[in-house]
Amino acid sequence: MKAPALLKAVLMAALLAVAPAAAAGRYNDVQLADPAQERAAKALMTSIRCVVCRGQSIADSNADIAGDMRGEIRERIAAGESPESIRAWFIQHYGDWVSFQPRFTEASAPLWLIPALSLLFGVALARPLFRKRR
Amino acid sequence: MIAELGLAALWLGAALALLQLALGALALGTRHAGLQPALPAVAVAQAVLTGIAFLCLVALFMRSDMSVLLVATNSHSAKPMLYKFAGTWGNHEGSMLLWVSILAAGGALVALLERRLPMRTKTATLAAQAAIAIGFYAFLLFSSNPFARLNPAAPDGQGLNPLLQDPGLAFHPPTLYLGYVGMSVAFSFAVGALVTRDVGPGLARAMRPWVLGAWIFLTLGISAGSYWAYYELGWGGWWFWDPVENASLMPWLAATALLHSVTVLATRNGLPAWTIMLSVVAFSMSMVGTFLVRSGILTSVHSFAVDPTRGAFILGLLAVYIGGAMALFALRIGTVQSGSPFEPVSREGALVLNNLLLSGILVVVLVGTLYPLALEAANGTRLSVGAPYFNSSAGPLALLLLLVMAAGPLLRWRRDHPASLAARLAIPVLVLAAALLLVVAFLRPISLLPLLGLVTAAAVGTASLAPLWRRNLARTPLFTWGMVVAHLGCAVSLAGMAADSAFTKEVLVSLQVGETRRVGPYSVTFRQVSEVPGPNWSALDAELLVQRGSQAPFVMHPQSRTFTDPPMETNESAIATAWDGQLYLVVSAPQDDIHYPIRMWWKPFVTLIWLGGIMMALGGGLALLGRVDRDVFGWRRRLAGRAA
Repeated sequence: MKAPALLKAVLMAALLAVAPAAAAGRYNDVQLADPAQERAAKALMTSIRCVVCRGQSIADSNADIAGDMRGEIRERIAAGESPESIRAWFIQHYGDWVSFQPRFTEASAPLWLIPALSLLFGVALARPLFRKRR
Repeated sequence: MIAELGLAALWLGAALALLQLALGALALGTRHAGLQPALPAVAVAQAVLTGIAFLCLVALFMRSDMSVLLVATNSHSAKPMLYKFAGTWGNHEGSMLLWVSILAAGGALVALLERRLPMRTKTATLAAQAAIAIGFYAFLLFSSNPFARLNPAAPDGQGLNPLLQDPGLAFHPPTLYLGYVGMSVAFSFAVGALVTRDVGPGLARAMRPWVLGAWIFLTLGISAGSYWAYYELGWGGWWFWDPVENASLMPWLAATALLHSVTVLATRNGLPAWTIMLSVVAFSMSMVGTFLVRSGILTSVHSFAVDPTRGAFILGLLAVYIGGAMALFALRIGTVQSGSPFEPVSREGALVLNNLLLSGILVVVLVGTLYPLALEAANGTRLSVGAPYFNSSAGPLALLLLLVMAAGPLLRWRRDHPASLAARLAIPVLVLAAALLLVVAFLRPISLLPLLGLVTAAAVGTASLAPLWRRNLARTPLFTWGMVVAHLGCAVSLAGMAADSAFTKEVLVSLQVGETRRVGPYSVTFRQVSEVPGPNWSALDAELLVQRGSQAPFVMHPQSRTFTDPPMETNESAIATAWDGQLYLVVSAPQDDIHYPIRMWWKPFVTLIWLGGIMMALGGGLALLGRVDRDVFGWRRRLAGRAA
């Protein structure tokens, strides 16, 4: 399972590196013909980080590599791949950092736990303020 | 000479702040109470000196004095005068000097205007304001001297980040700083009242105009920043959950909560401890915002300072002030009397819910912004937290908050009956049902969050007008109008956000001259390109002929600008505003000699986002006028009546 995926990643990276410039840019800023596919591609783009920019998603970046990553996403969506498997490919390629949608792991758990616990704490603080209905 | 004069004035201002704190501390004791009248004079003198220092820096920038290090590294003689002026605070040192100048001015205004609080509380407030200022003076003088000389002088400057050379952004930082500083005054009032054990409606009435004023500036600052990002970054987005945006959103969330709880304290003598706590939190968030932007901890266009010692200094200030305030809070909260009681279904109950939900959203934004930084600092794990996290965590809380906002103003103070609330909400609920039917029938496909947004906006908009029904509009108090306008603004803004995310049409094309494409109701024809020279840039200018239906066609000019000092390319989008939305066009440099990438968006009702922001600020302004009229002049009128 893991080895073929890794192999695929390496192959894709190699392909991206050697692909002639004209071909690489085919889908960078040209939309997919199917509006549903384009919507899915666009939604994914807004949650993938541009790896050379400062805190921008590839959907809002002028950097060349962001354009290539957009092209990559559109090609894969057009080929029928699911957005989440494309995200997984990017994460494998660039690390968790590339996805703006953190996965729920031990390291990322506080992102949800701290707000949830704070809300509970706030409710507990607020309770004595209320007088019971007579 | 000007630089030396500025530095001397800054040192004197710092010395006066020390004096102000020392006098205040002495005067609060029983033996030297006679010193109290001296404090306002010292506060005013401090503000004047710091103001002089700031004006000196402005003069240095406007004269392009390249023998001053800060000017040489951040300005350029060919820059337009407006950006030489605004460039004063487009850098680390200058913006911190602006911060402390506004802080000192805030202290002076308290000294001059505040007449209702007991003398001791006012003295303690001014001492607290001085204590805050001292930290920032030290930061400026010891680690960020804006007046340092450069010898020999540079032949010319290195220029200002081109993204910042925009009228919107030139006045964005001062607006936010006015908001931050307003929060610092509210905080000083809270500290003063804790010190003198004087927490009550009087404190709330003194604090409220400052909270309202700060909130208005924060609202305007965030709206302006969002619009700047929208047209300047060139991808049609208006909020990116960038840490710098979050840094301005967090104080706003806390200020919004404080604004509502301070009203409970002023009107009903309720929620005293919460109000104090929220004023501590609101100021802390202003400090955290300053820290995030100014310490260089973020890697984003806004972080011009990349010096770890400065970061440590601000972090230290943050720890001292927030820690000190929390300690004082813990020591003195026992002396704060518990407020008047109320039942769950009451105006107070809704406002408590408002406070809880706003605080919940605040924690989401705070954790989402700071946790990745902390995690990376702790063990090097890099994690990205962006729009998917914030939208899915804060979005539902925000929708709930808006529903509470619809019901809150229709509730009575202290106790109310669920059945009568339901009766008052009948029409908004009908509107909600009708909106739901209409959207589902005519506007599909639409995803869940925009659907909820549109429907909620319709219902909340209707409900926000309800406090005016069956009322004599001419005799409705100004602050009630303010509340209605601000709440309606929230609904308008929400409608714009939902419409933009649900109905935007995007067309990305690579066009040759002469080609035509359609986007939304418009047809866009690429007529020609030309080179346009600017003062410190040259631009590729595309001329596009735009026509909607049978209306008269017009021409739009998006540009791709290349700046020389420093070298950088920016997109200048061209935006046409119609009553029902905006057409947004962007051109970039051609891939070959004939094909120009052009991005086109039709964004229905996107303008409502910022219109709502302006309405919120306007509502805040009406409320401020109404409160000042009743709290300040009403009080004087009553006093005059009593004297007569």
